[in-house]
Amino acid sequence: MTTLIMTSGFDWWPYILVVILFLISLGVAAYATYAERKVAAFLQDRLGPNRAGPFGILQPIADGVKMFMKEEIIPNVSNKTLFILGPAIAMLTALLTGAVIPWGPDVVVDGKVYRLQVTDVNIGVLYLLGVVSIGVYGIMIGGWASNNKYALLGALRASSQMISYEVAMGVSIVTLIMFTGTLSTAEIAQQQHGFWADGYFTWNFFKNPLVFLIFFICALAETNRTPFDLPECETELVGGYHTEYSSMKLGFYLFAEYVNMFISSAVISLFFFGGYNFPFMDQIDNQLLVSLIGVGVMFAKTVFFIFVFMWIRWTIPRFRYDQLMNLGWKVLIPLSLVNLAITGLVMYFTGNLE
Amino acid sequence: MNLTLTEILFFVLSAITIISGALVIFSRNPVYSVLYLIVTFFAIAGHYILLNAQFLAAVHVIVYAGAIMVLFLFVIMMLNLNETTEPKTALWSKFAAVIAGLTFLPLLVGALKTSEAVVMTQPQNSDIGLVKTLGQVLFTDYLVPFELSSVLFLSAMVGAVLLGKKSTEETN
Repeated sequence: MTTLIMTSGFDWWPYILVVILFLISLGVAAYATYAERKVAAFLQDRLGPNRAGPFGILQPIADGVKMFMKEEIIPNVSNKTLFILGPAIAMLTALLTGAVIPWGPDVVVDGKVYRLQVTDVNIGVLYLLGVVSIGVYGIMIGGWASNNKYALLGALRASSQMISYEVAMGVSIVTLIMFTGTLSTAEIAQQQHGFWADGYFTWNFFKNPLVFLIFFICALAETNRTPFDLPECETELVGGYHTEYSSMKLGFYLFAEYVNMFISSAVISLFFFGGYNFPFMDQIDNQLLVSLIGVGVMFAKTVFFIFVFMWIRWTIPRFRYDQLMNLGWKVLIPLSLVNLAITGLVMYFTGNLE
Repeated sequence: MNLTLTEILFFVLSAITIISGALVIFSRNPVYSVLYLIVTFFAIAGHYILLNAQFLAAVHVIVYAGAIMVLFLFVIMMLNLNETTEPKTALWSKFAAVIAGLTFLPLLVGALKTSEAVVMTQPQNSDIGLVKTLGQVLFTDYLVPFELSSVLFLSAMVGAVLLGKKSTEETN
């Protein structure tokens, strides 16, 4: 890792990577809206969007243009500063998380190492948790500033739901940290090198599937996806926290959800399914080829989990509020604590504890 | 005066900390107070990063800005305090508040008088705030307090679950 070659002058690469990551996040989010409608159409035996371009491939652009062209309405009795701040925070926190995710192995071109991770902080996992816990402010501030009872109820639901599921998510991440022994996301990816080593799978999913299950359910709740989309439950709350929003400010909220989904899927594939690692990666001699395939594999896994998110959305009905709280506090938290204890005991008796 | 990047960051962060800290008190709207307090916490997290204490910074953001302040905001939004519903405080209670506040002043002045002049240092290479160092200290020198506080937190969490359980049984 320390072979980062210091060339003369300023190293622009991390900044270029930030811009690339920003564009990719937005692009994937845009096409996730299209994919969502296509998946929904498939599951409901419909055609889905097919008018804008071949197979409706230009639909996200049409939607985006529509969002921008609509009239901006700021309610008269709303708190104007916070009303604008709400979607801004939602979008900002959604885009911040991508910085610590290693998107692929280092690419070496002409002796210069290009790292496909913006920054490898030694607390990468905690950084992710921190940014996720800030994300709820966008919804809360927007919902409160709208000065609308439905929006406020949506905001309150969002915050209580996120806090409840953050506990189980935190404990499951603690379990993960315990058997990986690191807080750095780059190291977590490296530990899962290849697919099979020392007579067992290297991917964390096979080491502790229950952590993955708890983490995945919590990720669904944190991104406000069905069956946990109570903050925007249209049958009870009109539009939830974004009832008063219109035009691109509404667009930002909807977009932030898709960006969050993209990042969550990336984090899930990084934590549990090996990130950029793939089977037989040591059999390939060309380092550049390994890197490129690694990036492709990472994105393939991410896209697969985005699909699972959508699959769940169009298959499972929404929870009732008490069911949501029961699942969070009475099932997931005890389960994650028991899992933590068992993992600790197993590590102790198999001698993996230093 | 030639300032290094760290010093510039320090002064900017200090200014943000103090100004937003003052705004917490001076804002009339309690929601604004909470939001300024969150800004203060972020600025303090920035100070931790300047001191190379990344773990503390992250935990500070997760615990204070991410959990405790969300609960504060939650309660204040639920109460929906605004100027029309704000109860009128009596004149004598305002006086009492001012006097009670002023009693803090001698303490502050005394503390400032006895404190030594601050010398700026460059704690760039200190490893004291990194996870490894912190973990070693916590699990050797401060093992008992650490374990006791973790049991306390766990029991608080179990207690919260228990309270939730009780109320649903009563309604059934």
